[in-house]
Amino acid sequence: MLGLSLDQLRTDMNRLLAILFHQGVLDEQFLQLQQLQDESSPNFVSEVVNIYFHESEKLLRNLRALLYLPISLSLLLYLINEVKMSDVLCRVDRELCDYKKMEIQLNQLMGSSSSIGAQRLRNVCIAFRAASNHNNRPGCLRALELLEYEYCYLKNKLHELFQIEQQRMLAAAVRYPAPHQHLNNPQA
Amino acid sequence: MGCVIETIESEEMDIVLSSMWPEDMNEAGRQFNVERPGVDKDMLEEVTIKREPDIVDFKRLIELANFTDKGNWQLANLVRNWEYKQENAVRLLREELDTLSKQQREVELKKLEILEEHRFERDGYGGNKRPISILDENLKYLYQDAPRRKRDSVFQDEKISVDAEYDSVVYWKQQAMNLEKLLEASLRREQVLIGKLQESIEKLEKQSTPVEELSQVLNRADNFLHFVLQNAPVVIGHQDKELRYRFIFNHFPSLREEDIIGKTDVEIFTGSGVKESQDFKQEVLEKGLPAKREITFETELFGSKTFLIYVEPVFSKAGETIGVNYMGMEVTDQVRKREKMAKIREEMAVQKAKETELTKTIHITEESMRAKEMLATMSHEIRSPLSGVVSMAEILSNTKLDKEQRQQVNVMISSGDLVLRIINDILDFSKVESGVMKLEAAKFRPREVVKHVLQTAAASLQKLLTLEGNIADDVPVEVIGDVLRIRQILTNLVSNAIKFTHKGKVGIKLYVVPEPRNLSKQKSWKASADHSTESPNTRKDSSVSRSTGDQRGSHGCCEGEGIDDNNELKNTLDDQDRDGIPMEEDEASHSNMEESVVWICCDVYDTGIGIPEHAIPTLFKKYTQAGADTARKYGGTGLGLAICKQLVELMGGQLTVSSIENKGSTFTFILPYKVSSISESSDDPDELSDMDSQELSDDEDLHAGVFQFQPRTLGLLSSQSSGRIQKLLPITYGFDPSQSFNGLLEDSSSPSSSITYKEISSEEDVHSAAMDTSSVVEVSPSQNLCSSNLDSAENNEQTHCSSEISDPSVSQERCRTQAQTDRSSECASRKGNEAAKAEVKPKILLVEDNKINVIVTKSMMKQLGHDIDVVNNGAEAVRAVQCNVYDFILMDVCMPVMDGLQATRLIRSFEETGSWDDAVKAGIELAAQHSSPNLLPRKRTPIIAMTANALSESAEDCYANGMDSFVSKPVNFQNLKQCLQQYVPQ
Repeated sequence: MLGLSLDQLRTDMNRLLAILFHQGVLDEQFLQLQQLQDESSPNFVSEVVNIYFHESEKLLRNLRALLYLPISLSLLLYLINEVKMSDVLCRVDRELCDYKKMEIQLNQLMGSSSSIGAQRLRNVCIAFRAASNHNNRPGCLRALELLEYEYCYLKNKLHELFQIEQQRMLAAAVRYPAPHQHLNNPQA
Repeated sequence: MGCVIETIESEEMDIVLSSMWPEDMNEAGRQFNVERPGVDKDMLEEVTIKREPDIVDFKRLIELANFTDKGNWQLANLVRNWEYKQENAVRLLREELDTLSKQQREVELKKLEILEEHRFERDGYGGNKRPISILDENLKYLYQDAPRRKRDSVFQDEKISVDAEYDSVVYWKQQAMNLEKLLEASLRREQVLIGKLQESIEKLEKQSTPVEELSQVLNRADNFLHFVLQNAPVVIGHQDKELRYRFIFNHFPSLREEDIIGKTDVEIFTGSGVKESQDFKQEVLEKGLPAKREITFETELFGSKTFLIYVEPVFSKAGETIGVNYMGMEVTDQVRKREKMAKIREEMAVQKAKETELTKTIHITEESMRAKEMLATMSHEIRSPLSGVVSMAEILSNTKLDKEQRQQVNVMISSGDLVLRIINDILDFSKVESGVMKLEAAKFRPREVVKHVLQTAAASLQKLLTLEGNIADDVPVEVIGDVLRIRQILTNLVSNAIKFTHKGKVGIKLYVVPEPRNLSKQKSWKASADHSTESPNTRKDSSVSRSTGDQRGSHGCCEGEGIDDNNELKNTLDDQDRDGIPMEEDEASHSNMEESVVWICCDVYDTGIGIPEHAIPTLFKKYTQAGADTARKYGGTGLGLAICKQLVELMGGQLTVSSIENKGSTFTFILPYKVSSISESSDDPDELSDMDSQELSDDEDLHAGVFQFQPRTLGLLSSQSSGRIQKLLPITYGFDPSQSFNGLLEDSSSPSSSITYKEISSEEDVHSAAMDTSSVVEVSPSQNLCSSNLDSAENNEQTHCSSEISDPSVSQERCRTQAQTDRSSECASRKGNEAAKAEVKPKILLVEDNKINVIVTKSMMKQLGHDIDVVNNGAEAVRAVQCNVYDFILMDVCMPVMDGLQATRLIRSFEETGSWDDAVKAGIELAAQHSSPNLLPRKRTPIIAMTANALSESAEDCYANGMDSFVSKPVNFQNLKQCLQQYVPQ
């Protein structure tokens, strides 16, 4: 029964990974990451991915802030100096967002995404960066939406994956006295 | 000519003609003029005119006819017309005569023929055709009685029939007799014709004189005029030089001739408009130019009527004005309609204006809705990242930091806090302004609110101040109001008071007052507030002295004194603000208790710097502070008081201030609260326990009926509430102890603060829990003074850990971050220590700002058997290279502070020259010991770029800047291995 579930979990995991690879959500870099997981760091992948999520969330927040900061600032102006609303909106359209800063954030996000093999996120980042290079605010906003969507998707899927892995490890631990046994052959 | 006319004018004409007027009285430009006399009533037989409405001064008319050009011209016209007619008649007669003579000739000829011929045959008499008149047929109407060819046949067309045999005697006899008869007939005809001719001649003689003709014409014209004018609402008149009426035609005459002729308007009528018309006529008379004007008359005679008056001057031959012609038409209806129209138009305009106003309002509403959305966006978009910044900074402050860094972090936190507060202020303010803010009605306990406010204030207090709260026992235990806002007001006022108070105390006093009468008159209230600056001396003094008394009283826990104080304050207040309103304190307040609404007055007083008198009027304006100096010295947006005032007024109360410079100020606000009926019976202990479980001491106070809020000072409560704005940053709660500890590290440089703490800790009314923390607090200064930085950091970590235990769910994530930070800082700090081990393993430096990349690369290197140092940007890399010798550098290209390319350039430059001058030039602060060991140029360190295919990091750039190779990101085992094999000989 337990062995069956272990196999089952492994199959589930592989299937999920296969789907993710097929969809292009992940690429082989993720496998590299998995290779780094060994006895000395049994939760390496999930740790890294968690840090990645943590960082990315921050970066996404920053990106959002950078995109919306001009609005917010103009609004502040509107509130303080009683600038007209239309002026505010004009200002937002006219004034450049800080695309330079945005690019830095994007590079960060792109770097870490490619490091964990989040291919689709990385691609969206590239598109985003292209939009920001062209000072294309609507494009940036769209890209940001997409980025957030992709991020959520990736997060959910990887959480699912880690959950299965955790169950699998638990099952393996119950099954076998030596819990590290199966960890020597990482999933591919 | 003149004499002819005179005869015409003077003669009475009685000839009645048919009233038919020739439509084409053929002379061009013929006009009839009302100046012509037309008095004859007989001519109105066909057209029934009720009454002859025109009244004429004939003498004047004659004068006019004689002396004005117009008159002359018109007379000339008439004469010309008459002459023409006469000519016409003569021509007709002549024709007739011609015809007759022709006939006569023919008859004679015939006679001759008859005589000549034997046979008398019937001959066609050509003259039996009517001669064609050269005049138009229409003229027959005019000249009906004019001479005309008669149509009656003069001779019969009879045949002479002879029955007798031809050439017999009988025949000839008969023939002769017949001829005789014919001859007779012919003679008879001739006689008839002659008679007719005679008759005609007689008639011609009898034919009318030009005068008759003219008078006929004129009569007809007159008739026609009457006919036309008979129903027209027109008045036509002529007035002489003195504006006396000489002629007037009025369809509805209400005055007789003698009443009008020879009189002026003013003499005839009374009422408004008469004078105006008179003046107008006078004006025309003087100017000599015709003019039109609309004049509304309001006379007894014909009521209110509007006339359009046309006045034209009449000139004599010499060119002088000798009078005016005047024509008026009643246009009352039109005017009324016009006015109605104008009104409607006006209404339409108003409607339109309203409409535009409405659209504007809609627009504004839409805009304000958008603004609302924007507000929401802003509050989210600015606040959330900012709170992120602040909380992260707080986390940072709990990590190992040296003193300078800690200071910096603290500055960061406090500035972040300030920005947050400002944003909140602005948001609040604009919310109130735009009417977005809604008040909530919730039950709350004023005592608790005051206590919490003071607690919060005490927690962040960095001065040696006494904070006290004093709540009169007539204040209900529970009231209903918007507790958040009230808290906000109190907090604002208290923090304001604390800000401007350096020694002494800040306090809150609550007591019930009767409903202020002058609340509706906000302005007068304001004025009284302004004015109150003159007279508060007594009050202020008393309050100051009283508050010292309070302090004493609170130390001694003397209830009676507290009450007395309240009463005293009330008295002073009443004397000052509500002159002459009799007050029975307790009775009044008790009766208020029974009502559903109770007015509670709240004083927030301090012994601070006070407010100069001149600044008080502008005190509550937004973005203003008492003075530029104050703003510079104490900071702040100047929004706080404005918000307070707005909030108070929003809740239906009023906020006032009184102050003496350098002695202190008192902000007083009065607010109505509903009293919950339950709270009246709040003696029930069950209910109390039901309510938000608070300290027992409060309940005891309730039971006692007298509430004494102990004066609190900072140390007492510092452990209970967060040093930061609690509601904004609940996450920081777990760190509070350590945080206040941090703050203390800062403050402890001055000995006074430590004394403060000691004093505080000696206070008797201390929680056991609070005691623990405060003891830690007490120890910390000495620790800081005598122990090293490291120790304090350890201490810090301890506190950190303990707080983590207390709040594991929140801190889990943070712990990881913490660990991470530690790790990286460890790396950095290890550099120096591990310099000795460099020979054993190749020393590898990773320059990378991306955490994930760092982790991944690091663990890959670890699997490959290498330990690496990590720095986060180019500048750090340069510093690291300065301190250590590396065998291999992996350098990210895109990095904050300094990118990989520049760092590489600097390192290369150092390697070539042996000096870090370029780096110094680039603005990198280098470690102090750099000069001694690194004088000699080093060997070239392989630097491998890590690129992510970004536009800015092409391979050429890498090589150009002195890099040896590059690996594309993300790094994987393969390319790492490759690189290592190539550049790190093992």
